[in-house]
Amino acid sequence: MKKIIKPCGLHCIKVNHLGVRFGEQIILEDVNLHMHCGSINAIIGKNGAGKSTLIRAMLDDIPHEGEIEFKDLHNAKIQKLKIGYVPQSINIEKNTPVSVYDLIASYQYRFPVFFKKSKKIEAEIKQALATFEAEDLIDKQVCNLSGGQLQRVLLAMAIMDEPHLLLLDEPVSGIDQNGMELFYRTMVYLKENFDLSIILISHDLDYVAKYADKVILLDKTILKEGSPKEVFSSDEFKSIFGNEELPGYVLKESEKHKKTVGKERSNPWD
Amino acid sequence: MGLEYGFMRNAFLAILIITPLFGILGTMIVNRKMAFFSDALGHSALTGIAIGVVLGITDTNFTMLVFAIVFALLLNYISSKSGTSTDTIISVFSSCSVAIGLAILSKGGNFSKYSSLLVGDILSITPKEIISLMGIFIATILFFGFFFNYLHAASLHRTLAKSRHIPVRLIENLFAVLIAIIVMLSIKWVGILIINALLILPAAASRNLSENMREYHFFAVLFSVFSGITGLLVSYYTNVATGPMIVIFASILYFATYLYGRIHQV
Repeated sequence: MKKIIKPCGLHCIKVNHLGVRFGEQIILEDVNLHMHCGSINAIIGKNGAGKSTLIRAMLDDIPHEGEIEFKDLHNAKIQKLKIGYVPQSINIEKNTPVSVYDLIASYQYRFPVFFKKSKKIEAEIKQALATFEAEDLIDKQVCNLSGGQLQRVLLAMAIMDEPHLLLLDEPVSGIDQNGMELFYRTMVYLKENFDLSIILISHDLDYVAKYADKVILLDKTILKEGSPKEVFSSDEFKSIFGNEELPGYVLKESEKHKKTVGKERSNPWD
Repeated sequence: MGLEYGFMRNAFLAILIITPLFGILGTMIVNRKMAFFSDALGHSALTGIAIGVVLGITDTNFTMLVFAIVFALLLNYISSKSGTSTDTIISVFSSCSVAIGLAILSKGGNFSKYSSLLVGDILSITPKEIISLMGIFIATILFFGFFFNYLHAASLHRTLAKSRHIPVRLIENLFAVLIAIIVMLSIKWVGILIINALLILPAAASRNLSENMREYHFFAVLFSVFSGITGLLVSYYTNVATGPMIVIFASILYFATYLYGRIHQV
């Protein structure tokens, strides 16, 4: 597993003029992003805004225009970008004889999993799972895991590959309130203790407001990006989500500020 | 046991090669939900032979093999492109190729010449053919040794596998070609009607008991070899075709493991 490295803030990932079209239909056009290591970047937008397509294009899973650049600002060298992808779920039916060990070893190692369990591989997988308090799951069948457990396993697998960028596709569906809090705290732990940046598609604006460093409002292209404050108070945000959908957390915080700070400081982020 | 006869010894050897091979291969076919695919491939043998007959080629085994490989790659390609569900497409292609094969081979009332293909006859296998089976057996072991994890990863989540730089398309095509070769090389001995049962049943039975990949493969091979040998011996004493007898034993194992799994909540 990877030694824990503090994010240096000197790696940057740039997405330049990314576009996706299916035939005549334009799904995404001219998406430009710039991220530094050690940041959580949340993509928000309505259904059909192209959020998942953006992730698939970044993974090179679908044909697209534009490119992704990974630079070390220290010496301006361009390096190969390693992306850790955490899907929503995997194709596993009930009664499938695949254990957590089998799942991770299949992606991470060449030694055939049907042959024999390797002690060394097992130890490495256990160590990765331990980061997410999931080491007890190693011999469990994947089809019997809960949504939250599966996600921790998939996160452990993604981290084993020492990615520079973590991509999470709608990670919070099927998880309860406690699970959400735990998930976002895990994200913060990752960005603080590993040298990587995180892009996640999120539907829960409350958590985005609380935890994201940068918010990207997407609708075919990037309408607005910046700190949660900037994006949530922008006209573009209102035109997409309308006034009434302002995150509860944002409203609550601004109420609190009104009470404590007084009239001149009504905004929670000021 | 009948092993004093040369044909029984050959059949016994062939069973010892074919059954573990089918056991291992079947687990991946079931995992990848390719049961329809291997079935269609088996049926395409008829078309391959028919093409050979039309072209006037004496070695119809060759045209059968080539056609199966092309057919397998074509099926893979079309199911990756099209939005329609894979099983429908495979059914369409399979029925079409069977119809063409049957139409050509039955012209002039000659089909009885080929009807042995439907059931197969393991007792007629020759030592030379056993050696070619041995060759494909070794090739399969090597392929699985090198690429099993790739194939498995791709079957669990294609995009995730691609993000790990696994050559998903290439591996899937290689696997399809491997199935095509194995099915074609063994179809004469096992028979078109039952070859798929031999691929699917041991793996399906093993799933009833297993919790991980090692148990899954161990039981699949064990069940496959067991039903192969028992089927051969029983068919010798009862004078019944060997292929169907093997499938009957494999089916019994499936139902037994199913019940066991239900009772013990595996």
